[in-house]
Amino acid sequence: MTIETTRSTRSLAPASRAVDILGGELTDASLRRYLEGIPGVDAVGLEQRAAGLGTRSIKTTSKKFALDTIIGLIDLTTLEGADTPGKVRSLVAKAVTPDPGDPTCPRVAAVCVYGDMVPYAVAALGSAHAAGTNTGINVAAVATAFPSGRASLAVKLADTADAVAAGADEIDMVIDRGAFLSGRYGQVFDEIVAVKEACRRSDGSSAHLKVILETGELNTYDNVRRASWLAILAGGDFIKTSTGKVAPAATLPVTLLMLEVVRDWHRLTGERIGVKPAGGIRSSKDAIKYLVTVAETAGEEWLRPSLFRFGASSLLNDVLLQRQKLATGHYSGADYVTID
Amino acid sequence: MTRLAVAKTYKLYIGGKFPRSESGRTYEVVTPKGAFLANAAKASRKDARDAVVSARAAFGGWAGATAYNRGQVLYRIAELLEGRRAQFVDEIVASEGVSTAAATAQVDEAIDRWVWYAGWTDKFAQVAGNANPVAGPYFNISVPEPTGVVAIIAPQSSSLLGLVSAVAPALVAGNTVVVVASEAFPLSAVSLGEVLATSDVPGGVVNILTGSPAEIASWLASHADVNALDLVGAGNLEWVDLQISAAETLKRVLSPESGADAAMPSLGRIIAFTETKTVWHTKSML
Repeated sequence: MTIETTRSTRSLAPASRAVDILGGELTDASLRRYLEGIPGVDAVGLEQRAAGLGTRSIKTTSKKFALDTIIGLIDLTTLEGADTPGKVRSLVAKAVTPDPGDPTCPRVAAVCVYGDMVPYAVAALGSAHAAGTNTGINVAAVATAFPSGRASLAVKLADTADAVAAGADEIDMVIDRGAFLSGRYGQVFDEIVAVKEACRRSDGSSAHLKVILETGELNTYDNVRRASWLAILAGGDFIKTSTGKVAPAATLPVTLLMLEVVRDWHRLTGERIGVKPAGGIRSSKDAIKYLVTVAETAGEEWLRPSLFRFGASSLLNDVLLQRQKLATGHYSGADYVTID
Repeated sequence: MTRLAVAKTYKLYIGGKFPRSESGRTYEVVTPKGAFLANAAKASRKDARDAVVSARAAFGGWAGATAYNRGQVLYRIAELLEGRRAQFVDEIVASEGVSTAAATAQVDEAIDRWVWYAGWTDKFAQVAGNANPVAGPYFNISVPEPTGVVAIIAPQSSSLLGLVSAVAPALVAGNTVVVVASEAFPLSAVSLGEVLATSDVPGGVVNILTGSPAEIASWLASHADVNALDLVGAGNLEWVDLQISAAETLKRVLSPESGADAAMPSLGRIIAFTETKTVWHTKSML
C-alpha cells in the first residue's frame, strides 16, 4: 500500500543519539527494525530477580542512610484536578522542610505539579528554587496533555513551552501510547524530539525531559524495553514508569527492566540516563527495595537526584515516620507528620 | 477405630486476619500440671506495630458507626459466644485446670458482660454528656467521643472473662483495640478472635496478640499512634515505667487491678476512654 510505503520510508527528526546508534538516514523503517530487533524479555527471570532484590534486609545505620537518600530522591507530587495555589504552596513548604521537628532532615529533590501551577511553585520556593544550580529544589511540570497525552502535537508543544517559560526546571511528558501500541514508533519518536526542542529556554539552556512510558498500558515487558530504548534514542534525559493515574503504576520488575536499559545505554555510549518510578510507592520498605535494585543494576552512582527519582506523595510521610522511629526509639504516628 | 487428634494452630488476630507472628516464633501453652496443650504465636514488637496500624485504619469506620449499630454488633458477639460455649468451656478447663462448673460460670459471666456493655453503646452518652447552662443565647453541649486506639494488657490470671471485661468497655464508645492476651492462658483469646472474625465486627476493630506482655507492652506504651493504655493486667510488669512512657505522648492510662473484682463492669471503664467534646450552637431567634 502506498500509504504504508511512504510512512515507512519517511524521514524522522535527526536526533543525535539515534543517528549515532542507528547510522544512515533515520526513517520509520530503520527505527522499527532497530526496536524490533531488541531481544525479548525473560519475564519469569525478571520477576524472580526483582523479587530476590526485594528480600534484602536493610537495618540500623544502613536504614538511616537509605531513608535520607530516599527523601533526597523524591519528586514530591500533587497532580489533582482539585489543586490550588494554596495546595501547591503547602506542598512546597513540605518539600523545603519535610520534618519541622528535625533540622537534620534533608530536602526533597523536586516538586512536581501541573503546568499552570508552576508559577506558584516557583514563587513559593523563592531562594530554595534550584533554577539551574545544583543546590535547591527543582520544579517539575507535567506537560503534553498529561496524563492521557491525547491532544494534537501543537497543543502538546505549547503546553511544554508554557511550563518552561513559567520556570519549570524539568518537564514530565507522556508518550502517545496509542501510537506506540499501533506500531507507529516514528510518530512517538518525532513527538519526543519536538517536545525536547520545546524544552529549550531563550538563553540556550534546556529543561530536563522525563519521558513517561505509562508501563501499565504497554501490556508487555518487551514493549517496556522497546519504549525505553525509543525514549532514550529520541533524547529523553529520564525515563519514567507511569503517570500515577493508571493501575498498575510503578512495579519493581518494570523499574528493574528500565534500569537494565539505562545500564546498557551507559555501557554502549558512556552516557547516563535517569530513571523515575512513579505511582504506587507508598512505604519506606518498598522504596528501599527500589534503592537496592538501583544499586545492584545501574550502580550506586545512580543514587543521586540527577539520575534517580521517586514520583510520590504519600511516601514522604512514611519515610518521616520511620526516621522518627529511628531517632526516638519508639513508633511514631500520623499525628506527628503534616497532612498533605 | 482410634483417630489422630487434629491439633489446632493458634495464631494472632490482626486486621481481621489470622497471621502467624512476623517473627515466626511460637511458645508452648501448657496445662497447670505442665502437660503440653498447644503452640501459640509469640508476638513481636512488629506484630504490635502492625496491629496498631490495623486498629488506626479501622477507627474511622467504627467510631463513625451509629451507637445503635455498635450495640447491635456487640450484642451479636454475645450471640456467637453463646453458640460456642462448649468450646470455650473445654479450653478453660484444659488450660486453667478448673472444674467444668467453674469454667461454665466464667463463660456465662463473660457473655453476660458483652450483653451488658452492648446495651451501653447508645446510652452512656446520655450519662457522660451534658447540656451545659451558659449565660447567652447558645446551646452548649458536651458529648463523649472515642479516644482512638486503646492498647490493653489483659488480666493475666483469667482466660476469657478478664479479656472480655477489658476489651468490651473500650469498644462501646467507638475505640479500636490492640489487646495482649493472658500469656499463660491465650487459647480462649484466639478463639474469641475467631468469634469476632465471624461476627459483624469490622476487621481491625479488635486485634489480639498472644505472647509475652513484658516484651510487647513497652512498645505499645511508647507508641505515638496509641491514644490510651489499659494496664489492668500489667500488675506483674514494670507498670510504673509503662505509665511514664505513656505520659510522653499524653495517653489516657488505667492502672493495674488484681483480685476477683478486677475490671468489674462499670460505666467508668467506658468513659475512661472518651474525650469530651463541647460545642456551642446559637439558639434560633424565636
